[in-house]
Amino acid sequence: MADWLAWLTSKKTPNSASTAKDRLKLVLINDRTDLTPAELESMKNELLAVISRYIEIDSNAVRIDMTQEGRQQRLLADIPIRAASRKNR
Amino acid sequence: MSATVVTVTSGKGGVGKTTTTANLAVALAAGGQKVVCIDGDIGLRNLDVILGLENRIVYDLVDVVEGRCRLKQAMIRDKRLQELYLIPAAQTRDKNAVSPSDMVRLTDDLREEFDWILIDSPAGIERGFRNSVAPADTVLVVTNPEVSAVRDADRIIGLIESEEKGPAKLILNRLNTELVKRGDMLAPDDVLELLAVELIGIVPEDDHVIVSSNRGQPVALDPKTRAGTAFLNIARRLKGEDVPFMNLEEKEDIFQKLSRLIRPGGN
Repeated sequence: MADWLAWLTSKKTPNSASTAKDRLKLVLINDRTDLTPAELESMKNELLAVISRYIEIDSNAVRIDMTQEGRQQRLLADIPIRAASRKNR
Repeated sequence: MSATVVTVTSGKGGVGKTTTTANLAVALAAGGQKVVCIDGDIGLRNLDVILGLENRIVYDLVDVVEGRCRLKQAMIRDKRLQELYLIPAAQTRDKNAVSPSDMVRLTDDLREEFDWILIDSPAGIERGFRNSVAPADTVLVVTNPEVSAVRDADRIIGLIESEEKGPAKLILNRLNTELVKRGDMLAPDDVLELLAVELIGIVPEDDHVIVSSNRGQPVALDPKTRAGTAFLNIARRLKGEDVPFMNLEEKEDIFQKLSRLIRPGGN
C-alpha cells in the first residue's frame, strides 16, 4: 500500500527536463515580447473590459494566450460570446 | 576563391564557442579547405591556446587594424595543417579598439585568399558581438541543453535576425545522453521547439574535449572521439553535404558488456 502510494506521488512530480522546458517557454515569451507576466495579465484584463463594453462575454470561459509559431509570438484569444440580449440597452 | 565568413557566437559565456571555432577550423582544414580563424574576443583571447598556437603570437588583430603590421604578419600558420591560419585577438586592449567596419574591411581583404573565415565571437550582446557578426555570411549559435544557455541563445538569435544576419543555425554542445534518457536534461527536440531554428550539429559531452584543450590539440584532429566526429560532421554540413545526425545512444564498452553477461538483468 505504501509502495503504491509512493508510486502514485512520484508520478505526479514531473522530471526536471520537462520543468525546465515549461519554465523556458514562459521566460522566452516574456523576453521576446518585453512584457512582464503582470503586464501581460493587465493587458488581458483591459482587452476584456473593452470587449465587454460592446458585447456580453462569458468571462469564465475566456482564454487569452501567447503562442509560438516558428520564432513569431502570437496572441491568441478565444472569447465565447453570450447570446445577444439587446433589451437592456 | 571567395571565402564564406562564419561567425560562432552564443549569448552566454562558457558554452563552447572557442572550442567549436577551433574544431570547425581544424575539421575544414583537414578536409583540404583553406581556413583562417579570427579571435574576436579582444582582451580575453583564448582561441590561440585551444589551437595550441599561443607561443607563436607576434602581432594581433588590433595591430592590423591600427596599421602597426601587415595582415600577413599577424597570421599564424598552423604546423599540423598547412592550410590553417589564426589571427589572434589583442590581450591588453579592450573591445572598442575595433569597429564593425574594421572587421568588414579585414575579412574583405582575406576573402580572396581563403575558402573559410571563422570568427570566434565573445559572449554577450555588446561591441565584441557586433564586431564579430558584422562581416558574417552565416552565424552559428552555440548553446548547452540548460535553461540559462537556451534563454541567452534565444536573445542572441533575435539580435542576429534584427541585424539581418539570420537565420542563425544552432549547435547543441555538451549533450549528456544519459541525463536526457533519465529525463534530467532538455532533449535536442525540446531545445529546437523552444528556439525554432535550424540545427546544424549536436556535440555529445566528451572527456576528450578537456584533454585536447589541455594539450592544445582540438578533438577534431582525432576522428575516433565522439566529439571530434560531431565537429567533423558539422564542418561537412557547412560545406553543404547532407550528413545524418550521429546516433547518440551511449555505446557499451567491453566492461559494461561483461558485467551484463555476469549479472543478466542487473545494470
